[in-house]
Amino acid sequence: MYDVIVIGGGAVGAAVAYELSYYALKVALLEKEEELSFGVSKANSGIIHPGTQNPPDSLRGRLCVEGNRLVRHLSGPLDLDFKEVGELIVAFDEAETSTLWRLKQEAEADGVPGLEVVSRGWLRDNEPNLSRDAVAALLAPSAGIISPYRFVYALSESASLNGVEIRTLTTVESIDVAKNSGFVVGTSSGEFSARFVVNCAGLFADEVAAMVAPPQFCIQSRKGEEYILDKKRRYLTRHLLFPVPTPESKGILVTRTSDGNPMIGPTAYEVDSKEDLSTTDAGLNMVLRVAQRLVPTIDRRDIIAYFAGLRPVAGEDFFIRHDDRVPGFVNVAGIQSPGLTAAPAIGRHVVGLLEQAGLSLELKPGPRHGGSKSVHLFSLPLNEAESLVAEDPASGDIVCRCETVSLREVRDAISVGARTLDGVKFRTRAGAGRCHGSFCTCRVMEVLAEETGRPITDISKRGPGSEMVVEDRANARA
Amino acid sequence: MQERELVVVGGGPAGMAAALAAREHGVQDVLLLERDRHLGGILNQCVHAGFGLVHFKEALTGPEYAGRFIRSMRGTPGIEVKTGCFVAELKPGKVLTCLSTGEVSTIRTRALVMATGCRERTREMIQIPGTRPAGVFSAGLAQKMMNIEGLLPGREVVVIGSGDIGLIMARRLSLEGVEVKAVVEIQPHAVGLKRNVVQCLEDFGIPLHLSHRVLWIHGKDRVEAVDIAQVDDSGNEIAGTRFSLRCDTVLVSVGLIPENELIEMAGVEVDRHTNEPVSSDLNYTSVPGLFVCGNAYRVYDIVDSVTRDSFLAGQQAAEYLAENGGVR
Amino acid sequence: MSDTVRLTCIECPTGCALTVLVEEGKAVSVEGYGCRRGRDYAIAEVDCPVRILTSTVAAQGLSVRMVPVRSSQPIPRGCLMDAMNAIRALTIDRPVRAGDVLVEDILGLGADIVATRDVERD
Repeated sequence: MYDVIVIGGGAVGAAVAYELSYYALKVALLEKEEELSFGVSKANSGIIHPGTQNPPDSLRGRLCVEGNRLVRHLSGPLDLDFKEVGELIVAFDEAETSTLWRLKQEAEADGVPGLEVVSRGWLRDNEPNLSRDAVAALLAPSAGIISPYRFVYALSESASLNGVEIRTLTTVESIDVAKNSGFVVGTSSGEFSARFVVNCAGLFADEVAAMVAPPQFCIQSRKGEEYILDKKRRYLTRHLLFPVPTPESKGILVTRTSDGNPMIGPTAYEVDSKEDLSTTDAGLNMVLRVAQRLVPTIDRRDIIAYFAGLRPVAGEDFFIRHDDRVPGFVNVAGIQSPGLTAAPAIGRHVVGLLEQAGLSLELKPGPRHGGSKSVHLFSLPLNEAESLVAEDPASGDIVCRCETVSLREVRDAISVGARTLDGVKFRTRAGAGRCHGSFCTCRVMEVLAEETGRPITDISKRGPGSEMVVEDRANARA
Repeated sequence: MQERELVVVGGGPAGMAAALAAREHGVQDVLLLERDRHLGGILNQCVHAGFGLVHFKEALTGPEYAGRFIRSMRGTPGIEVKTGCFVAELKPGKVLTCLSTGEVSTIRTRALVMATGCRERTREMIQIPGTRPAGVFSAGLAQKMMNIEGLLPGREVVVIGSGDIGLIMARRLSLEGVEVKAVVEIQPHAVGLKRNVVQCLEDFGIPLHLSHRVLWIHGKDRVEAVDIAQVDDSGNEIAGTRFSLRCDTVLVSVGLIPENELIEMAGVEVDRHTNEPVSSDLNYTSVPGLFVCGNAYRVYDIVDSVTRDSFLAGQQAAEYLAENGGVR
Repeated sequence: MSDTVRLTCIECPTGCALTVLVEEGKAVSVEGYGCRRGRDYAIAEVDCPVRILTSTVAAQGLSVRMVPVRSSQPIPRGCLMDAMNAIRALTIDRPVRAGDVLVEDILGLGADIVATRDVERD
């Protein structure tokens, strides 16, 4: 019998599990994909928002500002790659400039720090590639960037080291209210009993909620396409660039990933499917048009990768509530932007809701366990690199040429849960470089097969159904 | 830090030719670094025949062509070869940082020949709409899987692009019992050699759709189908010509890009669009004593030309050394 | 009964456009060849097309997983798939040199299957 079961292993589920891991509780996190962060969180743009552009007095506004603060706070202990870069909401005319002043006021009321409306002159000095047609901008210095999946991994690894059980390839199929309170969660890997359940199931949160009671919300998929530019253009922008917002989303942006590649997008349009992750010509053209308006030197030929994600939308605001009809059941739904930023704050908020619903919180005694960090050789000074390689030859065995990722790093990633090519890529960057895996894919597959004890034909891109090759004709493999 | 006379980075046909020629022209200390376990470069996975008609007057397979040079290298004292050695960094002043199992080393060399070859243009670089399922491979990756690892990439294949690598793989996979359903080429003519169209496509009854484009890749976890249509001169879809092909694999063969990120690190001028070194004369770069040869210099059609031009690079390196402080 | 057949020569990257006059299934004249190999190719092609077969064979205990191989002579195009099936069953477990015969006279077609790479033990 578990105290709490968390359904969904994305940013939100991981943050909830992380918070719960501080207490003397038996907690399990259930994830239906082969790895964590393979759902909604996989396509996150990695922006840590300052808290501008949220409806005044909204839950998401408050949790975003608090989350921004918490991410910085967690940066050290969890070794996050958070970088503060600041954001500029750019105006091209008088009307848009007035909007900037309104946004500033609203954001200040929400507690966003350091806001300033800057002039054309300031923009010319501080954002040189921005279009000369820009007349003013709202500067929010507390915006930053982070690797979304490494954030999820850091939270979940810490949770796991401190007692949370994480189960992947575990799809929740039914939830029954047990006779003497509590729940029986039926999954593809058996039944789990728990006193409390937290539903963080992203796109499927409404379906999970419906397993216990008619849902009070409905999830609508809103697709966003993103386009990544060559790292050679990494000096394109200094701040994250936002156009003045439209009602549907924060608009198409010029940002960058935490690895340094500029990124343009996302689009925002409703789709009927919870699985359609296709990118389109129309999306590309729209993204280019808006991005080039902000930064005219962006060239279509700079694009080196692209992907799409689906935001789970449940109305204007986050839906985070204890379902009083079903005591012990908390829904965390509709976590669209600024969900990643808000995640650590959502974690705390949910623990608060659970406590109100009767979960007694006793801090776990003893020291907090931290993980060992996998070292990327090239971030070390030469003499340290030399001793590392001498001590473990696998550190000098380069698997991914483009990103200089060693065999040791790949093995480390597998030891903390990578089981697929995407999992290795997200943790180490092997396969994320300029050749997109053309040179290293075979070797990474081989290491995965060896380290996880599976035939090479079982190795997949991102879980069952996405196996890479259909047959092994070499007899030499065990 | 080791001090060397000449370092050649890359042990494929370009690097080997440069090393052999430099030695022949008097360089006493030649160090060749190759990141793979074996010499031979990309030729090791080019198991088909047709190499060497100019240079050896014979139609050799890739491994046979490479083998001739590997044997010469072995038989040439004065060329030190380090395999399993990866050059991770290049700094101004021709300083290399190399990694091999168990060792990090730095080397300063007086002359440097970069023979780092090419990478392929991938699906990501040409923006094909649709999903991103498993089963989309660059043709060269599929070739490596098949010929080096013995792995069959799929059972029903569509090839995007009629570059030689795609044509060769169409034949290779057909011989392995895979159904290659089509090669789709946006231009009105095939990009690869005519003879490859004959012996790789016509021989196997594989349709070549010229002036066609793949408009969409379908598949949630693994490729399921592609949509194809005829296009006009501007590459726009011609109404009414769209059709679908069911497949589980897509091979992308749409060109090669010289690998020059290392020399860029060291401040050598590289053309932003072609990725070739900015160069006044064959094999020269903006840094004296730093040469680039083979596919890293520009994409070659036949390996015999790579050999010819890389012999020259070795000679040029030897001349540079002689003119700049004498060959030891 | 004579026929004009147009072919692309596959002997070298040039790919000369050949015109062959065929009578009763045999070439009577060939035009368009840039060298003698092209002429010979045309004559063979209209009679019985032949091709060099290249492939790979599984290795055991050697420094590579797959040994690249070729037919020592071209074999009839129609026999390529049968030849492939015959060699797919092989495993090479001893070091080989390029040129070593792995299968003599494959399918009785007068061509051997030879290794095309020097391969040592692991």
